[in-house]
Amino acid sequence: MALINTLLEVDHLSISFGGLRAVDDLNLSIKKGELYGLIGPNGAGKTTAFNLLTGVYKPNEGIIRLDGRNITGLRTIDINKAGIARTFQNIRLFKDLTVLDNVKVGLHNLYHYSTLAAILRLPSYRKVERQMDERAYELLEVFGLKESALLKASQLPYGKQRKLEIARALATNPKLLLLDEPAAGMNPQETKELMETITFIRDKFHLTVLLIEHDMKLVAGICERLTVLNFGRVLAEGPTSEVLKNPEVITAYLGE
Amino acid sequence: MKNYFSKNKDTLITLGIVAFAYVIIEIMVKQGAISSLFKGLLVPLCAYVILAVSLNLTVGILGELSLGHAGFMCIGAFTSAFFSKLTVGVINPDWLRFVFAILIGFVFAGLFGFLIGMPVLRLKGDYLAIVTLAFGEIIKNLMNVLYVGRDSKGLHVSIKDAVSLGLEDDGQILINGAQGITGTPKDSTFTAGFILIMISLIIILNFIKSREGRAVMAIRDNVIAAESVGINVTRYKLLAFSLSAALAGVAGVLYSHNLNSLMATTKNFGYNMSIMILVFVVLGGIGSIRGSVISAVILTLLPELLRGLSTYRMLIYAIVLIAMMLFNWAPSARAFRARIIAKLPFGAKKALNEEV
Repeated sequence: MALINTLLEVDHLSISFGGLRAVDDLNLSIKKGELYGLIGPNGAGKTTAFNLLTGVYKPNEGIIRLDGRNITGLRTIDINKAGIARTFQNIRLFKDLTVLDNVKVGLHNLYHYSTLAAILRLPSYRKVERQMDERAYELLEVFGLKESALLKASQLPYGKQRKLEIARALATNPKLLLLDEPAAGMNPQETKELMETITFIRDKFHLTVLLIEHDMKLVAGICERLTVLNFGRVLAEGPTSEVLKNPEVITAYLGE
Repeated sequence: MKNYFSKNKDTLITLGIVAFAYVIIEIMVKQGAISSLFKGLLVPLCAYVILAVSLNLTVGILGELSLGHAGFMCIGAFTSAFFSKLTVGVINPDWLRFVFAILIGFVFAGLFGFLIGMPVLRLKGDYLAIVTLAFGEIIKNLMNVLYVGRDSKGLHVSIKDAVSLGLEDDGQILINGAQGITGTPKDSTFTAGFILIMISLIIILNFIKSREGRAVMAIRDNVIAAESVGINVTRYKLLAFSLSAALAGVAGVLYSHNLNSLMATTKNFGYNMSIMILVFVVLGGIGSIRGSVISAVILTLLPELLRGLSTYRMLIYAIVLIAMMLFNWAPSARAFRARIIAKLPFGAKKALNEEV
């Protein structure tokens, strides 16, 4: 009955670009509530794996199950509706929208009113917009962005932009959150705060988190289990402390 | 109520500017302070403002380039003029018929926007510019060979000439090919134009501030990220583009019901017109609805105001175009504006910062 506790089940997932097998026979099994790390050298296929999980690419082979439901080959928007949200390695915010509106775009599918209600400013518009504002401010507060709510996203400093991306992803109310190098470009102090935030939101929102990261301190600090990729293939997997001691993993990272 | 005002300040300011301008011009007309030439320009001016504002929805808010906006105006103009000619004396009073004509222009232009957008907006890249460019030319040329007549047996359509309609003796030609539609009831007035501008502005500004408007702008800023949070990209692109086309149709209704004879020429519905509207939008500031209104007014009136300078007219017009471009887009001019704004009292500063 292990399946009941498993949120994400990936079986023999593969994709090729031309002759290159960017992801080759990837298997993952992530439990509900787990903080799971996906690591590996540059070009190992980590981001490609994320793009497969979120429907940006369609796999050549393999099956992806979320909470028991087969989501292989679904469109990105349907995968998001099924419960997977993500952030991007190279930040992708809606740069000319305000910080608040970025989060409200994330809330798009959870709140509804008709186009006519919006144009005529009917009571339903005002009521739902107020609820969206409240929810968005709640999320911004978690990331310490409440004071910046009315700035344009592009006006935020780098570290806060990364946080805003996470807040926007969380707004879609996902079961599984995929973080693509959340600590990239952050100083040690910011990284430490980020680690605390990730653990905090995991508990507060009952999330499962899968993250790609190069910062080994962060990985060792918060990930419970790891999968190591190298040249598209799984090199090692298991509890974090064991995997990081694995000689093959050390060789892959540091070279021969 | 106070909260309502502060949340919608920039919308109210834009509407206020338009209303103020309307009142001033109305007073000047009543006082007889305006030349008849200028008076004749008022209704087309309203149509241009609506065109500029609606094109800004496609170019500034959706972030797609459309080079055939005049084509949608043409659809609105001809469908509504045809309707009005058919129903003169049937639907009373006149204003009610005009309201129906406006709705017909809106719906048909929107429908064409939808049909064109459906295949094209699925593609990534600037295909919309190419297709709308072709569409504008095709519609204009089609209108030049379309003959429609009516007699006791009903409607007759031909794309050859008026004779091949085979009308009976009691027949009447409604659309006469290159001569277009003559005798459209002159329902457009400056007041009607003003009301339509206000309605267009309210529709667009409220749309931008809704969840669907935010989705459209999210797509403009980053398609991949928009998809990742569950935004249906094609759907919202289509919605914004159809709405933009439909409002251009309304401008067409206003335009056609101001003319005795409506013809599709290069000057009014051709490529030049589409580019002129695009110039209004670009110079007014892409994405700034208020800017589109102001630049459409200035650039329409300027050639007339400068008529006295005869030879130098186009020279000065060109200089104004360049000056407006610099004022809106040059980094140093923007910094200068920011400094001026910083010196303004608080309320005005905030309003300018939040300008949509």
